[in-house]
Amino acid sequence: MSVTMNLPSVLAGHAGGARTIQATGRTLGEAVADVAARYPGLAPRLRDAQGKPYPFVNFYLNDEDVRFRGGFAAPLQDGDEVTVIPAIAGG
Amino acid sequence: MPATSSRISVPTSPAALPLTARPLRCRHCGVERAPAPLAICELCLGPLDPVYATGRALPDAETIARRAPSLWRYKEWLPFDGDPVWSLDSGFTPLIDAPELARRLGVARAWVKNDTVSHPSLSFKDRVVAAAINAAAAFGLDTIGCASTGNLANAVAAHAARAGLTAWVFIPDELERAKIIGTSVYGARLVRVRGTYDDVNRLCAQVADRFGWGIVNVNLRGYYGEGSKTVAFEIAEQLGWRLPSAVVAPMAGGSLLTKLRKGFGEFLDAGLVHGQPPRLYGAQAAGCAPIVRLLERGGNTLEPEVPKTICRSLAIGNPADGVSAAHAMRETGGWGAAVSDAELVEGIRALAEDAGVFAETAGGVTVAGALALARAGHLHADDEVVLCITGHGLKTLDAVLDVIPEAPVISPRLREVIPLIESIEQRS
Repeated sequence: MSVTMNLPSVLAGHAGGARTIQATGRTLGEAVADVAARYPGLAPRLRDAQGKPYPFVNFYLNDEDVRFRGGFAAPLQDGDEVTVIPAIAGG
Repeated sequence: MPATSSRISVPTSPAALPLTARPLRCRHCGVERAPAPLAICELCLGPLDPVYATGRALPDAETIARRAPSLWRYKEWLPFDGDPVWSLDSGFTPLIDAPELARRLGVARAWVKNDTVSHPSLSFKDRVVAAAINAAAAFGLDTIGCASTGNLANAVAAHAARAGLTAWVFIPDELERAKIIGTSVYGARLVRVRGTYDDVNRLCAQVADRFGWGIVNVNLRGYYGEGSKTVAFEIAEQLGWRLPSAVVAPMAGGSLLTKLRKGFGEFLDAGLVHGQPPRLYGAQAAGCAPIVRLLERGGNTLEPEVPKTICRSLAIGNPADGVSAAHAMRETGGWGAAVSDAELVEGIRALAEDAGVFAETAGGVTVAGALALARAGHLHADDEVVLCITGHGLKTLDAVLDVIPEAPVISPRLREVIPLIESIEQRS
């Protein structure tokens, strides 16, 4: 599946300045692994050494918090939009 | 680069020292960076906190006591150098002795930290916005904003109006009418977002990233949050430079609990108070209690919830400081409580009848939470407890409409009022 991934500005520098990149994968975890392989600077910032999500980096799949959809196991459809947002906000 | 960014000039007096914001340090990787409207570490995405100069001159109790009655009397513990320029009169709300509430709780003493009368917007959010708007001034930002469950919306709109700044305020579309009007009236650019607070919060993170505004609880969050410490400072000073044994506070994002802990700790470190730090207790509505459930479940993984409670001011299903708040409660020997909507309404009434304080729903949660904690044995007969009551009841009138008795209507005749008084006196 081919999806669009939106990055916050603090991460864009690790993707050649791009705020929006393409990724492929059947699940969110696979899409993140794909991005991590192509942009090594992003790899440690999107997931931990075991490939698990950090508690302070939120992923949204079509505007829904992926923790309600199975986290990195959330299945992807062609054309889905993934948004990465550092969680240190709100309240 | 932000799409919009402009500079402003701020008021100064000849005697005032120029205002600058303190540098920031990442809580995770420890890297320091220059002051900026930025809450996230560019290296590891961890949260950024202001760094205070070690060895800086700190005032003693007598010096603080001579200063104006506002939160700026503690300015050495707020994240700026120089003098604040805006919102100079927020803070220093009353600490009310509440013997009836103490009896109800079964504790030795109880006080209400009464931020229902906070100036100018009747909630404790005046404290954090006072800090954030001065950060905006230090950075020359002409637009501030927020994601809010209501009280912060009111505060941002009011403080921005006084400072002549533009305010963009984003709220869930189904907030209480008083909180919507209490924002729009100041001329703020209010946007109602279809969804929960967590949807609004995500959107605001993207807005802050795109437009370069000072979104107070997003990219100014490091500075903003420090304002909450002043609740702890005021409690200590108003008790006569000593600490209570326990403090109960409401939890939405969880920041207040963590800043209470930090504030009490800083006054202990400064030698202004002595003894044990208070046990910290947090209260949430059962319909949105991710932090209490984390506490009860153990571990460090917060599970977000979809809120379902009339207590909209605490309806944050994905609290940014949830894990830190759980740590604060565990490590101080405190605990948490989740209460039903019916219990929180009773809490509002109990506080009004016992202490003469009319609180919004979050205050009802705090009182009902304290009662639940007392019943469960967490509060003791020798405890001196402070309840943090964070917002005024006029903001959430609908919560109590159904439980307040209708007042009798009579003609202006003595022959009607005499039997009425006699019947009511007989019943009470």
